[in-house]
Amino acid sequence: MEIRLLADKCTICGACEAACPYDAVAMGADGPELSEECTVCGACVEACPTEAIYIAGEKASPQPEPRDAAGDVWVFAEQREGQLLDVVLELLGEGRRLASELGVSLACLLLGDSVDHLPQELIEFGADLVYVGSAPELKHYRDDLYAQVMEHAVRQHRPAILLIGGTANGRSLAPRVAARLETGLTADCTGFALDEDGNLLQTRPAFGGNLMATIRCPHHRPQMATVRPKVFPKPARQPGREGQVIALELPELVPWQRILEVVEEADTGPNLAEADIVVAGGRGLGSPENFRLVEELASVLGAAVGASRSVVDAGWVSYPHQVGQTGRTVAPKIYIACGISGAIQHIVGMQSSDVIVAINSDPDAPIFSIATYGIVGKAEEVIPALIREIKGSSSQ
Amino acid sequence: MHIVACIKQVPDPSQARIDRETGLVIREGVDKIINPYDLHALEEALRIKETKGGKVTVLSMGPASAEQVLRDAIAMGADQVILLSDRQFAGADTLATSYTLARAVARLEDVNLVICGKQAVDGDTAQVGPGMAAKLDIPHITQVRKLRELTEDKLVAEKLTDRGYEVVEVPLPAVITVVKELNEPRIPGLRGMMRAKKAEIPVWGPEDIEAEADRIGLKGSPTQVWRTFEPERHRKGEMLEGTPSEQAAALWQRLRSL
Amino acid sequence: MDYFLTEEQQMIKDLAARIADERVKPVAAELDEKEEFPWELMKVLGEADLFAVWVPEEYGGLGGGVLEQALVVEELSRACSGVAVSYAASALGSFPIILFGTEEQKQRYLPDIASGKRLAAFALTEANAGSDVSGIATTATLDGDEYVLNGTKQWITNGGEADIYTVIAVTDKTKGPRGYSAFIVEKGTPGLSFGKKEKKLGIRASATREVIFENCRIPKENLLGREGQGFVITMKTFDRTRPGVGAQAVGIAQGALDEAVKYARERVQFGQPISSFQGIQFMLADMATQVEAARALVYSVARWIDSGAKDVSQAAAMAKLFASDVCMKVTVDAVQILGGYGYMREYPVEKMMRDAKITQIYEGTNQIQRSIIALDLIKKAARKNK
Repeated sequence: MEIRLLADKCTICGACEAACPYDAVAMGADGPELSEECTVCGACVEACPTEAIYIAGEKASPQPEPRDAAGDVWVFAEQREGQLLDVVLELLGEGRRLASELGVSLACLLLGDSVDHLPQELIEFGADLVYVGSAPELKHYRDDLYAQVMEHAVRQHRPAILLIGGTANGRSLAPRVAARLETGLTADCTGFALDEDGNLLQTRPAFGGNLMATIRCPHHRPQMATVRPKVFPKPARQPGREGQVIALELPELVPWQRILEVVEEADTGPNLAEADIVVAGGRGLGSPENFRLVEELASVLGAAVGASRSVVDAGWVSYPHQVGQTGRTVAPKIYIACGISGAIQHIVGMQSSDVIVAINSDPDAPIFSIATYGIVGKAEEVIPALIREIKGSSSQ
Repeated sequence: MHIVACIKQVPDPSQARIDRETGLVIREGVDKIINPYDLHALEEALRIKETKGGKVTVLSMGPASAEQVLRDAIAMGADQVILLSDRQFAGADTLATSYTLARAVARLEDVNLVICGKQAVDGDTAQVGPGMAAKLDIPHITQVRKLRELTEDKLVAEKLTDRGYEVVEVPLPAVITVVKELNEPRIPGLRGMMRAKKAEIPVWGPEDIEAEADRIGLKGSPTQVWRTFEPERHRKGEMLEGTPSEQAAALWQRLRSL
Repeated sequence: MDYFLTEEQQMIKDLAARIADERVKPVAAELDEKEEFPWELMKVLGEADLFAVWVPEEYGGLGGGVLEQALVVEELSRACSGVAVSYAASALGSFPIILFGTEEQKQRYLPDIASGKRLAAFALTEANAGSDVSGIATTATLDGDEYVLNGTKQWITNGGEADIYTVIAVTDKTKGPRGYSAFIVEKGTPGLSFGKKEKKLGIRASATREVIFENCRIPKENLLGREGQGFVITMKTFDRTRPGVGAQAVGIAQGALDEAVKYARERVQFGQPISSFQGIQFMLADMATQVEAARALVYSVARWIDSGAKDVSQAAAMAKLFASDVCMKVTVDAVQILGGYGYMREYPVEKMMRDAKITQIYEGTNQIQRSIIALDLIKKAARKNK
């Protein structure tokens, strides 16, 4: 598969060069020249106004895996201390949709020890089948044994699609298993669809979220993907729903790691500089009590707490939370400014955020001029409503 | 100790600018740098060498221009660097990259530990470290924030989890991926930079690592970029009207679809 | 502007700039506030081999000269001139050894200075000997194989922090400045002590202390050059370090200009960025022109000195004079452009304005520089008309 050019159609307009997300096209005297950075993504084909560029040849697949036409959709049912993670339920909702469209079953892979109470919950959230791998060694997540069991189960039951929550554990497990299975894995997907051949179309942000890419894995199975928590809504539970529970035949478990200690740290929330979401509060909140609303919203969103200088000076929150000229500079995916007017020294510390939400009672506050979404209103009314909205959407 | 650090050349994220018209990343004039997480991997490798002796080899896969990040690695103190660059490597997804790097590591002698950054900031997949470990059939630990104990054949490390950390022991060789709080990378000195400028950067192709042709590059990549598109962008300053509840609902609807 | 730096000089400048931006800038305000000596940054500069740039290669240096040192000082000053002067003072303390030291003295002291392991300092000024060096009262008396030093030096940069001090003391009272000699004194020598740290207007990260000699005995091998050469050593040293003060001034001014431009583009008043107002534009244009002119002079003089030229005192004085006056003016204007914000400690320009002042005062006040320049002019004219 490669990019080819119809030289007589090319007007050397440069549209392909500008469109290339990989910087692989350089305009030569006779038209575009491709460097080795080309991934045959087709952006130039779409950009070409004269249809001078096309993709030739089918991708040569080394050893096309025998397609299992009726391969099921699987969700890895990660549990912690005998409790399912929310992301598992979120994936069941999405997996249900894909399985129905493909006309296959939705199955879960559940590993643990004494987790007999969980299959029914998975079924009530949409699973048709639950493969349970039960052993004392599998009580807690561990890379070595979980990877061995997952690989074994996949080889045995041959799902077409395997979805894994993008937790710390999921992001460690999935690439190891994918590499063992020699199949494709797409990280942090934000949307799924199916093409006419039943291939999974996996959409994820590329290049820091400014461009989206849709990824396919047409010749290898299973098609594996990880999804971050809270990307998909949690489906409604259907009490009494019926499904099948199948005990998994376990491979020989070969441990290579020892977990010496598990430490749960007091939840101080994500690190401000590295957080994907920052909820920040300013003087416009009116009182230190209202600043607690900011902290509550942050905790619901799994976000870090930020603050303007004035509230730090006023002692509502400690200095490490300060965003701006004299505090930290942040560039999260989402920055929610509550009661922050937008003094220049605050703005320089957060203006590179992908999406900026401003909630302020003053319609003329400068923060609105840089906001992606603006809400004129009292933060102490809007924030609780927003918290209700978020909680509602993840429990409906 | 023979420590291998894997580094990747990426566009400098601090210089990333968006074309306001098209919403696309402007790539012209953006410097290419060592992936920030990989700097911490390299720093840790150098510190291990300084305290325990041994040598540090740095691997990078990329176009010929990626030579520069290997020069930076030499300036910081790497003993040996290897650039994996060949037309056949191009277009690799994380599986083909894991395979290629693993083949290169397998060609090196007596490797005790392979250190990678947690993820590369251009792709953010965090898949190559564990993928390499699987290809090498050795253990891995992701998101390492501290090395507690390191001997020729054993590592005890603190690994960040979603709720705290775990202390994990693995036999060596192993692959670890590291987070930024592990250390503060050094700034190279003038002498190192001068040494780096003059250094020859060896380039390895598929034959040098005895790679199977259909497992590298585009051919060895099960995933394909089917299409790329601009996300729907809301113009700046969309004001959400209504009662607080309505405003909150409208906002959440927009945010959750991001 | 391109100053046609060699590849190595560009590397030095880029590295110093990187350290300034990544390590110095983030802590500059805190160092100023706490008046804390930047030991950690000195270590970073040492590991980066930047203390080696002015030291000859035979003694563990990189063989550069005044220009190389000036490039580093300029870049560091952009971020914090308190840090820059702590670095530059090590050059000031070591030039006497480079210029007049014996092979043994060079071998003994320069490698540690080049690696940044030990800092140097230059001890000349006294309470009654500022611009008028004839007021020096510290004495050195030969007693067998040792000199015995007595007296108090004042406002010594790196005083108390440095390990190696070059000290100017009187060996022959009858000869005035021709009776001065230079000595190397190591920290830890009995009889050497330090006064309290001075509270200063600017460059507050740097340490300024009294250096006190009370029957401080040093081996007579620690005499630099010959007895009576102290004044010449001082002047030759200043010829090499005054462009460094000029570079410090250029760096501070550049930092202030950068902040002013950045702010002018961000600050909106009357519905538009203030950078769109001609009044602001003209100020910025003048500032930029002056900074560039100062830089051009400093680099030219530094290069000329490095070429081995003699009789460079006038040029060195010009570089220091012009750059420091520019620095004062540009930093005052930068504060003006930032307005009320500029006056607040939250923004870095008020610190730059405070830091700027010292460049017009130390290593010879600008009045002394003008005297040097004028005397040189008149002397040369007189010689011609003879």
